[in-house]
Amino acid sequence: MSSEPKAAAEVLARADQLRSRLAPDFRDRMVESLYVEAERIARRAVRRQGEPVWSWDQRIDRFVTSPVFGLPLMLLLIAATFWVTIIGANYPSELIARILFAVEERAVAAFQGLGAPWWLTGFLWNGVYRGLAWVVSVMLPPMAIFFPMFTILEDLGYLPRVAFNMDWLFRKAGAHGKQSLTMAMGFGCNAAGVISTRIIDSPRERLIAILTNNFVPCNGRYPTLIMLATIFVAAQFPAAFASFAAAGAVMAVVLLGVLVTLAVSWGLSRTVLKGEASAFTLELPPYRRPSILRILYTSLIDRTIFVLLRAMATAAPAGAVIWLLANLHWGEQSLARHCAHLLDPLGRAIGLDGVVLLAYVIAIPANEIVVPTMLMMYLGTGMMTEVSTFDQIRRILVEENGWTLLTAVNLMLFSLLHNPCATTIITIWKETRSARWTAVGALMPLALAFLVTFVVATVARSLG
Amino acid sequence: MSGAGAADQGCAQCPARSQLEQMGISLSSYDHLVALAGNPNTGKSSLFNALTGLKQHVGNWPGKTVTRAEGGFQYNGRRYKVVDLPGTYSLLSASQDEEIARNFLLFGRPDCTVVVADATALERNLNLILQVLEITDKVVVCVNLMDEARRKGLQVDVRALSKDLGVPAIATVARTKEGIGELVRTIAAVIEGEIRTRPLRPAYPPQLQQAIEELAPLIERAVPGIPNARWIAYRILDGDHRLRQALISGELAAVVRAQREAPEAPNPLIALEGKQ
Repeated sequence: MSSEPKAAAEVLARADQLRSRLAPDFRDRMVESLYVEAERIARRAVRRQGEPVWSWDQRIDRFVTSPVFGLPLMLLLIAATFWVTIIGANYPSELIARILFAVEERAVAAFQGLGAPWWLTGFLWNGVYRGLAWVVSVMLPPMAIFFPMFTILEDLGYLPRVAFNMDWLFRKAGAHGKQSLTMAMGFGCNAAGVISTRIIDSPRERLIAILTNNFVPCNGRYPTLIMLATIFVAAQFPAAFASFAAAGAVMAVVLLGVLVTLAVSWGLSRTVLKGEASAFTLELPPYRRPSILRILYTSLIDRTIFVLLRAMATAAPAGAVIWLLANLHWGEQSLARHCAHLLDPLGRAIGLDGVVLLAYVIAIPANEIVVPTMLMMYLGTGMMTEVSTFDQIRRILVEENGWTLLTAVNLMLFSLLHNPCATTIITIWKETRSARWTAVGALMPLALAFLVTFVVATVARSLG
Repeated sequence: MSGAGAADQGCAQCPARSQLEQMGISLSSYDHLVALAGNPNTGKSSLFNALTGLKQHVGNWPGKTVTRAEGGFQYNGRRYKVVDLPGTYSLLSASQDEEIARNFLLFGRPDCTVVVADATALERNLNLILQVLEITDKVVVCVNLMDEARRKGLQVDVRALSKDLGVPAIATVARTKEGIGELVRTIAAVIEGEIRTRPLRPAYPPQLQQAIEELAPLIERAVPGIPNARWIAYRILDGDHRLRQALISGELAAVVRAQREAPEAPNPLIALEGKQ
C-alpha cells in the first residue's frame, strides 16, 4: 500500500514538469474549441420553422418573477393552499375520527364481553389503537388535500421561480441562493430538505442550509398548526372569516419560519461560518402541464401514504407507551402524572405545560404524533372516546386543562422552532458526518424554541 | 453509423416495443449496465420511468435527483440495469450531486451511456455530450423534449446530429414514450457492437497530446484499475485541484473501487424522496 501515495506524488510532480512545457493559454483554447464545436453542431442540427412562436413562458415569467408582483403572488398562492386545506380537511377529519372511535368502543365492549383481562383490552385498544386512530384522523385529510396542491405547483415548474424570487434575500443573509430551493423541499419533509442541500456546492453555505432547514414546518407539523389555528385563532373571529383567519395564522407561522431561517443563516454566516455568498446560475425550466395521474400517484401514494405509514409506525408504540405511563403507578399517581408534574414548571415558564413537553419528548421519532399524544394524555385512561369534533377538543383543552390563546400561540411557535425529528437528525449526521454539527442542528433550534416561547410568555403575562 | 434517424413516432405496435419488458427494481442479476446522464431538468427521470416502469418522482426543477436511482428492463432476452444520475452541466463539476454523476460516468464503467439532451437547448447541452464522448465510445444521444421543441417551432435533425457526433442520436418524448422503442433498440445495438460508433473527439494540440500519453501510464500505476486514465491525465495537467487532492489522499482509488458496488441505500423514512 505504501507505494501508492508515492506513485501519486510522482504523477503530480511529472504533471507539473509537463505543464511548464505547454503553451500558457492551452486551457482557454481547449474550452473555446469546445464551445465553437457545440455551436457549429447545433447550428447544423437545429432549424427554426417559420416565425419564432409567441412565448407564453416568458410572458408568464415576466409576471411571476417580477420584482413587484413576484413575492405577493407567491404569498397569495401559499395562503390559498393553506386555506383550501383548512376548509377541506375539517369535516373529513371529524368523520374519520367518529368512525374510528366508534370501532374502538365496539372493540372494547367485545373484548370485555369475551372476558379479556382489562390490561390487554386497555393496552391494545385504548393504547395502540387509539394512537393510530388519532394520527389517521388528524393527519390524513389535510395531507390528502395539501400534497396534490403542492405537487401541482412543483410539476408546473413553480419552485425554481420561488427560488428566483427569494435568492436575493438569502444572499443578503450570506447564504447560497439555492437555499431557497432546499427550504422549499423542507416544507415537504425536513429530512428530504437536508438531502437536497447537495445541490449547493460550497460546503459553508451547504452547512448553513442544513442547519436551518428545520425552521420551515414540514408536513408532519402542519396538522398541529392547522388544528391549533382552527381551534383557537378561528374561534376569535366571526364564522364568516374564521377559515381565512386560520389560514392567515398558519401563513404567519410559515413566514416567521422563513424569517427565522434568514436570521439564523445571517447569524451563522457572520460568526461560526464566515464567508461571502457565492454566485450561481439557476435555470428556469419551462412551464410544463402536470399530468393528473402522476400528480395523484406522487402526492397520494409516494407522499400521503408514505408519511401516514411512517406516522402510524411511531404512533402505535407511542400509544402503547402512553397507555403504560398512564396505567403504571408509582405510589399514588401514574407515571404519566409524575413525568408531567416534573416537566410542569419548565412548561409553565414557556406558556405551555408539562403534558405538552412530555408529548414532545414522546414524539421525538416523528413530529406528526404530538397532538394525538397530547390529547391522549389529557384524556387519561377514561373511556371517553367520543371526542371527535374540533369543538369538543377545544372544550377539553380550554375548560378542563386551562388552555388560553397564549398556550395555542406558544405551542405553534414551539412546533415551528423546536428540534428536528429523529429521522432529520440522523440525516444531518449522514450528510455532515460530524457529531458536532449534528448536535448544533438538533440543539440550536431547541434552545431557540425555549427562548422565543419564554419571551412571548413573559411579555404576554406582564401585559396581562 | 446507422440506427439513428427519424423517430418512430407513437410506435406502439412495432416489434421492438413488444419485446421491451419493464422490470422495475427486480434486479438480482443483469447483463448490461446503462447510465442516464444529462443536464438538469432534461427529463432523465421521465426517461428512467419510461424504460423501467418505475415511478421515480419527476419534479420540474433542476436538482430534483440528488442520488442515483436504479431500475431495469429486459429486451430480447437480455437484462439491462439502468442508473439515473443527477443532472450535471459538465464533467468538471464541484457540487456533490454533480460529483455523483461524474464519478459514475468515469469509474462505473457503464456498458452504454445515454446522454439525455433538451431538444429546445441543444447547443448548451452539447457541452456535456462532447465531454462524455471524450471518455467513452459507447454513447447514445437521446434528444428528449421533442414535443416542447416542436411547440417552439424548432426542428431537430437527429440524422445530422448523429453524423456530426459519430454516435447514434434518437429523438424522444419520454413523457409519452415516443421514440422509446427505437432508443432501446439502439442501446442494445451499441452494446452488442451492431452499431459501431466513432465519437467526435477534439484534436488536442500535439504537445498536450504527448504530455497526456506520458502521464496516463503513471496514473494507471498509482491507481490500479482506473478507467479513463487519459482523461484524468488531461484534468491534472489542466490543474484540477480537487482531482489532485483526491489522487494524493487515496480518495480517488477508493472511489474507483466503490463505483460498481451498491449505491447508498434509500432511507424509507424520508417521505418526500419518494421511491428514490
